[in-house]
Amino acid sequence: MTGIAVTMTVNGETVSQTVPARTLLADFLRERLGLTGTHVGCAHGVCGACTIRVDGVAVRSCLMLAAQADGTDVETVEGLTESGALATLQDAFHRHNAAQCGYCTPGMLVSAADLVAAGGSPDRAAIREHLSGNYCRCTGYQAIIDAVEEVIAANAQQAEANA
Amino acid sequence: MSLIAEDRPNSYIGSSVPRPNARRLLQGRGRYVDDKTLPRMLHAAFHRSPYAHARVLGIDTAAARAMAGVVAVYTGADMAREITPWVGVLTHLSGMRSPPQPALALDVARWVGEPVVMVVAQSRAEAEDALAVIEVEYDPQPAVTDMEGALDPAAARVHPDLDSNLCWDRSVDVGDVDAALSAPGVTVVERTFDFARHTGVTLEPRAIIGDYDAAEDRLTVHYSGQAPHMMQAVVAKHLGLPEAQVRVVAEDVGGSFGVKIHTYGDEMATLAASRLLKRPVKFAADRMESFVSDIHARGHRITARAGVDDEGRLVAVEVDDITGIGPYSVYPRSSGIEGNQVINLIGAPYELANYRARLRVVFQNKAPMSQYRAVGHPIAMAVMEGLIDDLATATGRDPADLRALNLRRDDSYPSASPQGMRFADLSHEACLEKLKALMDYDGLRAEQARLRAKGIHRGIGLVSMVEVTNPSPMFYGAGGAPISAQDGATARLDASGAVHVANSITEQGQGTDTILAQIAAEVMGVDLAQVHVTTGDTATVPYGGGTWASRGAGIGGEAMLQAARALRAQVLEVAGQILQAAPDALDLSQGHVVDANGGRVRISLSDLARTVYYRAHELPAGSRPELIATRHARVEDYPFVFTNGAMASYVEVDAETGMVTLLGHWVVEDVGTMLNPKLVEEQIRGGVVQGIGGALYEECAYDEDGQMLNTTMADYLVPMASEMPDITIGHVSTPTRTSQLGAKGAGEAGTAGAPGAVMNAINDALRPLGAPRLSQMPMTPQRILRALGRVGGEG
Repeated sequence: MTGIAVTMTVNGETVSQTVPARTLLADFLRERLGLTGTHVGCAHGVCGACTIRVDGVAVRSCLMLAAQADGTDVETVEGLTESGALATLQDAFHRHNAAQCGYCTPGMLVSAADLVAAGGSPDRAAIREHLSGNYCRCTGYQAIIDAVEEVIAANAQQAEANA
Repeated sequence: MSLIAEDRPNSYIGSSVPRPNARRLLQGRGRYVDDKTLPRMLHAAFHRSPYAHARVLGIDTAAARAMAGVVAVYTGADMAREITPWVGVLTHLSGMRSPPQPALALDVARWVGEPVVMVVAQSRAEAEDALAVIEVEYDPQPAVTDMEGALDPAAARVHPDLDSNLCWDRSVDVGDVDAALSAPGVTVVERTFDFARHTGVTLEPRAIIGDYDAAEDRLTVHYSGQAPHMMQAVVAKHLGLPEAQVRVVAEDVGGSFGVKIHTYGDEMATLAASRLLKRPVKFAADRMESFVSDIHARGHRITARAGVDDEGRLVAVEVDDITGIGPYSVYPRSSGIEGNQVINLIGAPYELANYRARLRVVFQNKAPMSQYRAVGHPIAMAVMEGLIDDLATATGRDPADLRALNLRRDDSYPSASPQGMRFADLSHEACLEKLKALMDYDGLRAEQARLRAKGIHRGIGLVSMVEVTNPSPMFYGAGGAPISAQDGATARLDASGAVHVANSITEQGQGTDTILAQIAAEVMGVDLAQVHVTTGDTATVPYGGGTWASRGAGIGGEAMLQAARALRAQVLEVAGQILQAAPDALDLSQGHVVDANGGRVRISLSDLARTVYYRAHELPAGSRPELIATRHARVEDYPFVFTNGAMASYVEVDAETGMVTLLGHWVVEDVGTMLNPKLVEEQIRGGVVQGIGGALYEECAYDEDGQMLNTTMADYLVPMASEMPDITIGHVSTPTRTSQLGAKGAGEAGTAGAPGAVMNAINDALRPLGAPRLSQMPMTPQRILRALGRVGGEG
């Protein structure tokens, strides 16, 4: 099978590899780079477990080929943890027990971070709506909503204080 | 020692501490099976039967073997030489039968998705490439799909060697049901319920790695599941290895819920391939494989009737349950427990003298059905609670009042049901009362009436329920299954003063490791961070059953309590020797031995441990402190430790679209001693949402040829955040008398009660519209509109 040369930035490091054309970005991250924090739950873009950031945008890494990520800036839960980008959410998730088995959690955090970054004060229904592309079989979602709501409220309070 | 959280240091039991091990998962540092890559590891993929029932006439693997990257191809015959077949019957389910099941199909394939040929290759992708060129010649046979049709004498046979498609039947007949229901003044209701098959949809699909070391004839199994010691016994027996040569390691598990506690042919074949090839082999199911090869759940058609006398007292219940289990009873837990629980638990919350039930468990050409979260309970509760609501309507009573009239009295224990279920330490009345207050029952009824006048259809559904937890050996061991009903715990003090505990219960995200640490930290008087927990490895933990049937906290927790207390006694004894004090004059607090009276610090645990380990010559002659203790626990005297609870759902139904909006859900549950209230509540919430899934969305849809039609997550609906309600939880706490810890199980109650509550709520909403009651789950918009006469069709 012919290989395709790809070069991308993954969690701040430049990665150059040759991959079979059919390699999914999710599999590339997990199998080539050992970034196993990105999980594959359905491989159809439905469950959200594989959600990562590509060029700052939350994407399903099971719906993207590694070759399509050539030249992009990829961030996974490992990199977003290292940079502290998810720290507030991770802390809130921890206190609210918003993760049980933890398999959905990296994708859930990336999706939630998207909403937090958008600013504003979405209510619980809006938070539920935003996260409705991320399947969690364990929690029943409420603790996740509680955690995200708390972070959003804290940010809003901070923004008000700074205004 | 009190088990209620006190205002003193290290009082962790009863405290909602966050899970220390969750931080790893939040950072993406989980170690799930598919995350592991071992040296020289190969990957397996399976050709699965595309037919529900077909003879396998020939298999041509030549082209596959020639493919790049392919290392081996195995047929059913190849694997039959490596793996003995298994028979999924329990001897105490008298009369149950099931033919031997091979790892890969031999001459007949019996469900769509049954593994037939295995390819092992350098990568999963190459293994799948090879599947595409495998030629299997099938001779399709008539498929047995409908469970009632399966019992027609003229029906095709799933197994020609059996005289029918019946796997097991059981009858219960206590009292005089006919006389009770025909007595003057008795109001009788009858209803037929359909519960679809659904499945677990663990977000992490099943995955396994076999790592066979030929030099030592030792097989290490990296297992995503709940019961490592059971798996060890099963693998050893059917691969012909000494049990002690099989090590089962379960690190992080991405959801299990009963799915990953059974014997799967593809997993057994993966282990056998590792032994044949003398190198690690991984199999990780993709989602489509999960839908057609994970166990399915439920699948019942039930006709039931019940009657109340003119005072509203329940006089009798009669049930006929037929349940379809696929072609084999699943090994080693069987596929009989689901139906058995249904007929055992119907009516359990209520005073009841007359009960008759018939259960028929039938073979069919669909994926195997077996135990999944809340085994049988959601069916039993939905049927009984549906009948109670019907009786309330028929007699003009308020559904809450009718329940209150008939519930077992809180001061009536111990007691037993007509089926022989034995109850103790329950609180049905208190839970219902608390539930009504929590949800403002009267206020919601007033709101409902107000909105009905405006054409808004809201409904309230109630459920009073029990849950089987903390099972004794009567559940499986008595039936011959290699499943331990006891769990073991070890606690030891290391030289630094840290406490290390190991326990045979396992963690799939419930918080197992956390509650074990809480118990040990409290008993040992140390900070939670000073307790280090090991679970999920047959090489390092004491022997025990694992985590299932809501038994982890109650049984594993009790073992942990006893082991920690034994270690504590050892520490105080040696402290007494070092300090020349009476052990009972000493206590442990904040990592130190202190005076029991006054709390003066005497010696740190680290100094004590270093004295024992490094300078034992300073101890009195003959002193041989162990600083390690192991204890086991099991439930005696009672077959199970029942919990009880009450639940309510509040819904709005759009009569134009059939859409159901979940407005609220309330649960009051009595789990006995709560080790960590937050974790208890989150078990209940997650369970409720899983129950709602079965009530409203989830169905393994099959056509009449036995093809499963919805094998992607785009087609099979699961509960997502936007449709789910907030769930309000209250507690009543009646510790179980069967242990010193007093903890009952909490893992399945939510799933057990939610479907009945939602069903009753929907029917309550629709009642003024004159629609026939909805009795078919999932209650899809189409089925609701059909009940309202707005659309036609069936199914």
